[in-house]
Amino acid sequence: MTGILSLITYSPLIGVAAILLLRSFAKSEDARTVETAKWIALVTTLATLALSSLLVAQFDPANAGFQFMEDYPWFAGLHYRMGVDGISVLFVLLTAFLMPFCIVASWKSIETRVLEYLIAFLVLETLVIGVFCALDLALFYGFFEFGLVPMFLIIGIWGGKNRVYAAYKFFLYTLLGSVLMLAAILAMIGIAGTSSIPELMTYKFDPALQTWLWLAFFASFAVKMPMWPVHTWLPDAHVEAPTAGSVILAGILLKMGGYGFLRFSLPMFPQASDYFTPLVFAMSVIAVVYTSLVAFRQTDIKKLIAYSSVAHMGFVTMGIFAGNAAGVQGAIFQMLSHGVISGALFLCVGVVYDRMHTREIAFYGGLVNRMPWYAATFLLFTMGNVGLPGTSGFVGEILTMTGVYQVSTWTAVVAATGVIFSAVYALSLYRRVVFGELTNPKLAEISDLDWREVAIFVPLILATIFLGIYPAAIFDLTQASVDNLVATYQAAIGG
Amino acid sequence: MTVEQILPVIVFGPLVASLIAGLSGRRIGDLASQALTTGLLMLSCGLSWYVFSQWTWGELQPVTLELLRFIHVGDFKSDWSIRLDGLSAVMLVVVTTVSALVHLYSWGYMAEDESKPRFFAYLSFFTFAMLALVTAADFMQLFFGWEGVGVASYLLIGFWFKKPSANAAAIKAFVVNRVGDFGFALGIMTVFWMTGSIKFAEIFPRIPEFANTAWWFAGSYWHAVDLACGLLFVGAMGKSAQFFLHTWLPDAMEGPTPVSALIHAATMVTAGVYMVCLLSPMFEYAPVAKQIVTLIGAVTALFAATVGLAQNDIKRVIAYSTCSQLGYMFFAAGVGAYQAAMFHLFTHAFFKALLFLGAGSVIHGMHHEQDMRKMGNLWKYLPVTYAVMTIGTLAITGFGFPNLHLGFAGFYSKDTIIEAAFAAGQEYGGVAAFAFVVSLLAAALTAFYSWRLAFMTFHGTAKWGDDHAHAHDAHGHDDHAHDDHGHGAHTPHESPLVMLVPLLVLAFGAMFAGYVFVEHFVGEENAKFWQGAIFTANHVLEHAHHAPLWVKWAPFVVSAVGFATAWYVYIAKEGMGARIAANKGPVWSFLYNKWYFDELYELTFGRATRALGDLFWKVGDQKIIDGFGPNGVSALSAAIGKRTGQAQTGYVYHYAFVMLLGVAGLLSYALFYLNV
Repeated sequence: MTGILSLITYSPLIGVAAILLLRSFAKSEDARTVETAKWIALVTTLATLALSSLLVAQFDPANAGFQFMEDYPWFAGLHYRMGVDGISVLFVLLTAFLMPFCIVASWKSIETRVLEYLIAFLVLETLVIGVFCALDLALFYGFFEFGLVPMFLIIGIWGGKNRVYAAYKFFLYTLLGSVLMLAAILAMIGIAGTSSIPELMTYKFDPALQTWLWLAFFASFAVKMPMWPVHTWLPDAHVEAPTAGSVILAGILLKMGGYGFLRFSLPMFPQASDYFTPLVFAMSVIAVVYTSLVAFRQTDIKKLIAYSSVAHMGFVTMGIFAGNAAGVQGAIFQMLSHGVISGALFLCVGVVYDRMHTREIAFYGGLVNRMPWYAATFLLFTMGNVGLPGTSGFVGEILTMTGVYQVSTWTAVVAATGVIFSAVYALSLYRRVVFGELTNPKLAEISDLDWREVAIFVPLILATIFLGIYPAAIFDLTQASVDNLVATYQAAIGG
Repeated sequence: MTVEQILPVIVFGPLVASLIAGLSGRRIGDLASQALTTGLLMLSCGLSWYVFSQWTWGELQPVTLELLRFIHVGDFKSDWSIRLDGLSAVMLVVVTTVSALVHLYSWGYMAEDESKPRFFAYLSFFTFAMLALVTAADFMQLFFGWEGVGVASYLLIGFWFKKPSANAAAIKAFVVNRVGDFGFALGIMTVFWMTGSIKFAEIFPRIPEFANTAWWFAGSYWHAVDLACGLLFVGAMGKSAQFFLHTWLPDAMEGPTPVSALIHAATMVTAGVYMVCLLSPMFEYAPVAKQIVTLIGAVTALFAATVGLAQNDIKRVIAYSTCSQLGYMFFAAGVGAYQAAMFHLFTHAFFKALLFLGAGSVIHGMHHEQDMRKMGNLWKYLPVTYAVMTIGTLAITGFGFPNLHLGFAGFYSKDTIIEAAFAAGQEYGGVAAFAFVVSLLAAALTAFYSWRLAFMTFHGTAKWGDDHAHAHDAHGHDDHAHDDHGHGAHTPHESPLVMLVPLLVLAFGAMFAGYVFVEHFVGEENAKFWQGAIFTANHVLEHAHHAPLWVKWAPFVVSAVGFATAWYVYIAKEGMGARIAANKGPVWSFLYNKWYFDELYELTFGRATRALGDLFWKVGDQKIIDGFGPNGVSALSAAIGKRTGQAQTGYVYHYAFVMLLGVAGLLSYALFYLNV
């Protein structure tokens, strides 16, 4: 199966080539061309998903190391190294799983430069999968940084009214992180004499140096998560991004930060990670409480969900730095679950936005009267968002808190207040949008989910419930790698 | 069929019914949805009684079926299971019996509702979640059931989603329960890190090891088991509406009355009591936590009874009564008489469901009037309802003769609790003695408000004259579609047979559930009956049976006083009650306004939450973070830069450029250092 990772990573580019070919033969504004391009994109993403499923099926969960390795000397001592372990294989699958939804969700809502839009998404998929497969620092950095360009374009070109401001904010924050991370990467290569991630994971950096390297990586990953207080780009980016952009942003791009902590911070800089754990815990619980309260006061549906994303990511960061099996597994699961649920929530917002072109909460109310299936769908994901047991949202929250409890009970106590606040903001949003009398006359003719929307939501609903009831399916995949990571980390910090 | 085959049918039958009715209710129609859900519930109920009878009189052994792995991370191992033991056997019959009857009753009560399949789907889903809760073998499934019933409760309180008050009550119920779950979750974590497991069967044997362990938590050392039990009890307080976390229960009456009977009286709210009894092997090693349970239970029993005195909404009176009776169960568990707590849970389910469904029958017969001040003299018009409500009242007031050992269901269970409190008070003093005093006070109040309800509703002069038609809009009544009644005939009417049959069955239970099972639950047979499901390291229950004569007669006397007072105020001097209320004296106002808890919480938590949210958002995010961050940088660069107009569109290129520089730098650096 060698080569399958490259195949998965670059398979979206085949779709890009096909669309480019189409573009050179037909008018790109022509309705039939656009329709064909959409189908090309959809088939491409589905093919990538099929390949990723095959990858997971072939993956040996008992093996804690990297699998499906590809290693070709590149130039300048750098290698083209690819490989996945139990952690990254999951994110490859998540990415491939969410992409087809993005294409279908954009089917009608994107009307300008559709071909370019589809190309941006397919390129984005390649780059994001590349991030999770890359096992060489230079390769990783390339995927990681270039991955932001299509996202930047998606917001900047197909976004809402304030798209320029949002894109600008996104740019400023990520730029800061990138520069520092680049410096750290250069230093690492210089000191360790290798750019191989697997080798660096066992290389023991001097603890004093670790501090600086850790901080540099932290700057980049914290922005990506995003952690408080570098989170303010996210609500703006979400509000301005088209629905599918939000899905990818929340579902996958945020996970690059968490993945980075797991792949770099913990294994490569264990002493520094241990040293900075209190800082991370503090930032995480502030995120949980602070952004939950802010979410409660929002008047824009998307902004509310965006803030709730920040709160949920707080659980991820604290779980990772708990450094034990429950915390790390919980964090990984929380990322996966949040990818599905918040993606679905943004799609729920998209449903009403496509019909009414506003996201003001006050505009809505009483939707259940006209849209019972929508109400049921939205309710399920709302419950997932508040971490109801039986949905995937619960598993990650309880495990991360349990993991954190061992390290710091205070952190667990404050984080646990998040379960109260999430109920407050999520249920009040649901009430204001869905329940009550349908008073706004503009909503009198609003229609329930159509077949295309049902096709989007059904798999997401099934995923949310399946992961909520049988999370063991995921833990089976990640267990060996996580146990290895945790054991190495604990040994390094003498815990 | 073996018990291993029966148990999954009991638990999953309601789930299947719920899914079918919920997803395709509109396709299969109202009748099919009702028949399916009710039929499967009846099946579940019949099988539960079979299991229970085998348990009580047969030779059934405790068994745990493991169905599927749930969460397996390190030692944190949870499996989806069905646990059968003495406790779950009791809960199975309680839950399925009341649920099946409520399903049936709803055929009549909800007859005019537009979304019956949804209603029945919710009811069945609730039943499934409750069954998952009571059959859990570990904390994760317990928590699943715990929050599952919470969601069902949320959906059913807000069933009439057009009513703002119903929506508010639904959210309140969920959020207050979440406050409890906050403690519950931390309790689970404490137990896990203490014992290295979340499975009951693995935890309980290890608890004695930690009887003297100091545990570091949130900045100080605690008695390990006390801490764990105390935190878990916070969860129980939320679910069972105990003092401080009780405010959601009265508001939950916004839901349809069958829901109040099933969820907010007979089953869900007793989950907290059930949990404390289930965890008796832990609580027995948690002396301080037990005292807290006793204290909170006793205070709730008294507090809720006092508030119940002054309420006029028939459902609210019963809601506070539930709150109060749950308090009894808690302090019974707190003093160590878990068996008595479970016994009261069992009998209470029958008579409280009876009272609620009876109240529903009154409301139905009165065309959705819930204000007791607008009732009176209804016994003539609703004779069956009157008869069963009287039975329910006799049961809740614990009517019976101690010398004959003969009485209604509540007599056996409540008197056992009072005697247990006395015995514990004799032995330990302190809060147990307080609980005993409170139990008698509350018993007097219970008799007063219960008979007050009966008298105001069924006796005295009829107050449902001309102005009745206007009451529709004025009050928070069950306002489902009721158009065909028109506004002409307003003579109260008896309910249809489909509603009366459940009432009669429950009335039967309210009469005999105590008499038949007293020996098994708390008497000579109790060790065999519980088969180790309840662990006690004390002798409170044995001593309770040897309480002096005056203790055994005391509940009878105080209840008689309560009855006599109610009779005097509402029958002999009819109108006296209304005059007291009209005076709006300080005591009356304090009680009528429920000790001002809602106002207090709104002033503190409500305001603080909103104010902090605004502060963090408008000052924290917008002024400080954005002000010094991106906007500050932007202003700076605008001031310095010349091409401000083009700057914005140029970001992509800037970004790409910086990154390309980065990549180029990286490559040349590698080239230089690695010397390839």
